[in-house]
Amino acid sequence: MKYQPVIGLEIHVQLLTDSKIFCGCSTKFGAEPNSQTCPVCLGLPGALPVFNEKVAEFAIKAGLATNCTISPRSIFARKNYFYPDLPKGYQISQFEEPICLKGWLDIQVDGGLKRIGITRIHMEEDAGKLVHGDISGLEDGSGVDLNRACTPLLEIVSEPDLRSADEAIAYLKKIHQIVTWLGICDGNMEEGSFRCDANVSVMPAGSQTFGTRAEIKNVNSFKFVKQAIEHEIERQIDLIEDGGTVVQETRLFDPNSGKTRSMRGKEEAHDYRYFPDPDLVPLVIDDAWVQRVRSELPELPEQKIMRFTDEYGIPAYDAEVLTASRPLAEYYEECVTLNGNGKAVSNWVMGELTRALNDSGASIDKCPVTPRLLAELLKLIDSGTISGKIAKTVFDEMWRSGKEPGKIVEEQGLIQVSDSGAIEAIIDEILAREAEQVAEYRSGKEKLFGFFVGQVMKASKGKANPALVNELLLKKLNE
Amino acid sequence: MPMEIFDLTIHELHDKLESKEVSSVEATRAMLARIEATDPKIGSFITVTKEQALADAEVADRCIADGKTGMLTGIPLALKDIFLTEGVRTTCGSRILHNFIPPYSATSWEKLKGQGAVLLGKLNQDEFAMGSSNESSCFGPSRNPWNTECIPGGSSGGSAAAVAARQATATLGTDTGGSIRQPASHCGCVGLKPTYGRVSRYGVIAYASSLDQVGPLTRDVTDCAVILGAIAGHDPKDSTSVDAPVPDYKAALTGNIKGLRIGLPKEYFIEGLDPDVQKTMAQAIETYRKLGADFVDISLPHTDFAVATYYLIATAEASSNLARYDGVRFGHRSPQADGLIDMMTKSRSEGFGLEVKRRIMIGTYALSSGYYDAYYVKAQKVRTLIMHDFIRAFEEVDVILTPVAPTPAFKIGEKINDPLQMYLSDIFTIPVNLAGTCAIALPAGFSANGLPIGLQLIGKPFNEETILRAAHAFEQATDWHNRKAEL
Amino acid sequence: MKLTVAEVEHVARLARLELTEDEKNLFAGQMGAILGYVKKLNELNTDDILPTSHAVPMENAFRADQTCPSIGIDKALANAPKRVDSFYYVPKVIE
Repeated sequence: MKYQPVIGLEIHVQLLTDSKIFCGCSTKFGAEPNSQTCPVCLGLPGALPVFNEKVAEFAIKAGLATNCTISPRSIFARKNYFYPDLPKGYQISQFEEPICLKGWLDIQVDGGLKRIGITRIHMEEDAGKLVHGDISGLEDGSGVDLNRACTPLLEIVSEPDLRSADEAIAYLKKIHQIVTWLGICDGNMEEGSFRCDANVSVMPAGSQTFGTRAEIKNVNSFKFVKQAIEHEIERQIDLIEDGGTVVQETRLFDPNSGKTRSMRGKEEAHDYRYFPDPDLVPLVIDDAWVQRVRSELPELPEQKIMRFTDEYGIPAYDAEVLTASRPLAEYYEECVTLNGNGKAVSNWVMGELTRALNDSGASIDKCPVTPRLLAELLKLIDSGTISGKIAKTVFDEMWRSGKEPGKIVEEQGLIQVSDSGAIEAIIDEILAREAEQVAEYRSGKEKLFGFFVGQVMKASKGKANPALVNELLLKKLNE
Repeated sequence: MPMEIFDLTIHELHDKLESKEVSSVEATRAMLARIEATDPKIGSFITVTKEQALADAEVADRCIADGKTGMLTGIPLALKDIFLTEGVRTTCGSRILHNFIPPYSATSWEKLKGQGAVLLGKLNQDEFAMGSSNESSCFGPSRNPWNTECIPGGSSGGSAAAVAARQATATLGTDTGGSIRQPASHCGCVGLKPTYGRVSRYGVIAYASSLDQVGPLTRDVTDCAVILGAIAGHDPKDSTSVDAPVPDYKAALTGNIKGLRIGLPKEYFIEGLDPDVQKTMAQAIETYRKLGADFVDISLPHTDFAVATYYLIATAEASSNLARYDGVRFGHRSPQADGLIDMMTKSRSEGFGLEVKRRIMIGTYALSSGYYDAYYVKAQKVRTLIMHDFIRAFEEVDVILTPVAPTPAFKIGEKINDPLQMYLSDIFTIPVNLAGTCAIALPAGFSANGLPIGLQLIGKPFNEETILRAAHAFEQATDWHNRKAEL
Repeated sequence: MKLTVAEVEHVARLARLELTEDEKNLFAGQMGAILGYVKKLNELNTDDILPTSHAVPMENAFRADQTCPSIGIDKALANAPKRVDSFYYVPKVIE
């Protein structure tokens, strides 16, 4: 039998606020355990939460960028469960009235676009961390670190519209792109600032009724999400084929084995007893607020792709590559503004620049070749001062030293030779030396032309103007 | 008989401090001596902060010498042990917090301290403010100074008993379903529950967050106005505190209530009301008539549903508020646990008393899957009806006059085994918390066997001035507040 | 109305309370009586009534996104039943 997987994702996005969602403690990652805490995030008796307005601002941004409706009124609820990393014995979240509802995103799948529904986006606080292992004194137990407790999260819940691991990854990457693009999340999956739970089920192909789903918790890379979902689909199909039934449960992905395993036994069936948090008041968002946030939204990737193809005349493929991240797109655009040649800039950014970034592991905002320097370099090509080939040498030197391209060209004597007399002299020398090949060429072996060009360029140390070389060589050979 | 220092009210002591007739250190010593002499009988204190009190008094005396004084400079006060006090053990009457030393203080105490008040210590109460008799304290009951076989009321029993026993010039309590007004009534003092949002809840251990309010227990209405003025106002640390101007409450005590429209809700004057309470109410109405007030018969039709509503909402919120007591970060941790989950479960089970467990159980049940709509949501809807009762009534009247409790203080142990009967004794105070409005309890008479009986004046939201003015006028016309329990 | 001991045990588990047999029996009766009493709310038709969370209408209480100093590790851990390094120590999860 053929099976159809059905997948929904719950994505947790840690927000880039300076302070926590309900108190003024810092959200910086990596501080000494429990150094970023106060009565509120420690859940001490008598402490009360006060909501960080920036979190609403970020949530509205995320909602608008994913075509959601922003709720005019939303409320916080308590999700009650006990765990040592959850200081109050409840998590402040949103339940019945979340801040964003009913959005969607289009993802690229084979054969075009597919629309994925977004059920809701809600705001909540993160829990702390339970630390095990290598610390002396913790051999028989665990340490509780509450630095992360009360840091702001958005949970973005998709409809069960995804039908394969690849679709899930495409959607996940799209959300990742958007939240980092908006500047509301650093997107760091390793540090847990972007993580996801996947609800996976399978049903016989053609069926309308979803199978029982398993929830895979907290997988921390795109690769692992794909592996985890693929493994889970396979596991469920095998189980059904063997006459078993899938049970609704939470499963953990083990990156070492590439498999998921049940958390049963560790976790009781939960009854979260959600109810409106009486310590907090309703969040009321009027149209003016939504409009203001909308007007402050940056241009989003899809809009940028359209504009880049229109305005700069580059192919859609280029525009898509260039909008993979906001800094890359901004780099490109800044460079085009200074240079004007959309396609040439695109080639350089997608080619040399991307290669150099990948080789060095540097991020684009710390790139030594600034958009201005790259534009200068392209100007030197356009003006015929250097050849495209020499430009690559200059680029590498700019990357190393950060110097102006003009200066590098001057210092290293890389100026293109466009003096026809000088080039003719080189050509004459080569033709005299390679008399045998000249004869062959003249007797019809025209593909030898490239050989002569190479020899002339080599003799000029790459500085001869290639167009001029072609022109003069052709003339001489046909004399 | 010459007035003892401990017999003075805030405003009387303030005058003597100002005129340097008495120093704050002397006043503080007098209170500490009074506590030492009387508390073995009363049990109102859980912790006495003697050294700190004397040090604070010395600071106050220096301020007085420098002429930098306010109404509360050098006045010795005490707090219900539900208020967090930095560096001073705060137990909430519970074994689970028997060793808890808070790293910060409640906003209301910060405000009093900022005005120079001296802290004598922390007062007995029902465990986590759950009770009407002070019998659920893990430190043993506090007793009624008028008859030590009787309860002082609860949950702020120690706060009321300490004022009545003249162990503190004034105290703070909290009121979730009557926990300031009922003990004030039983002990013959003045107690005010402000409008929800009027006083910050920050640093006050939560029982039921949507109902809890902080308020004063004092010897007279003037003191009540002074303390309320000092603690009221917006606190950015409490999202539910309201940003509205704080009037001069003391200036509102004009003595003039001519033409004041007072409502008498028929649901509060029912058969089965204790005859002494009934008689006291009749006398009070007469007094107000003489003062020029007009009476209007009104109806608060959903009164009978208030106790049921309250016990669902309060216990549901409490079941969640008390989840943080898990033995992980503070408080009692069971020494004999087998693993993490067992540690949390055992710490809670050993740390909480029976009444607290009972309410956590009811609240958990009311929120649990399958029951949430039938119990919790239903109660929140009835709460809306009860609120509307008051809104409609206040279209006709300025204040509402009722008894505080159906009976005077009962005997210790009398209702301990019947929680439902105990809950029903809060019938006249609970609706005010559900409606979020303000009310004051003040001494209005005595039962045949010498127990105080209080009357309650309920005001419009954020209109504490009017009930204070009406209470003050009554106080001027009577002398119940001057009676003193013999100890 | 009386709750069964099994119902009491289920609620106790949710509330992380371990009750003695006596307490279970006591609560089965008392909770039953109290829950029976609150059923009186069903006498009221509340179909068109909105629930009230706070009696005083309030909305949008915010703080600005500004950090303020934390209380420090020692203060944070001062009441810890057991401290190891800068952590609260808790026993292992027993599976």
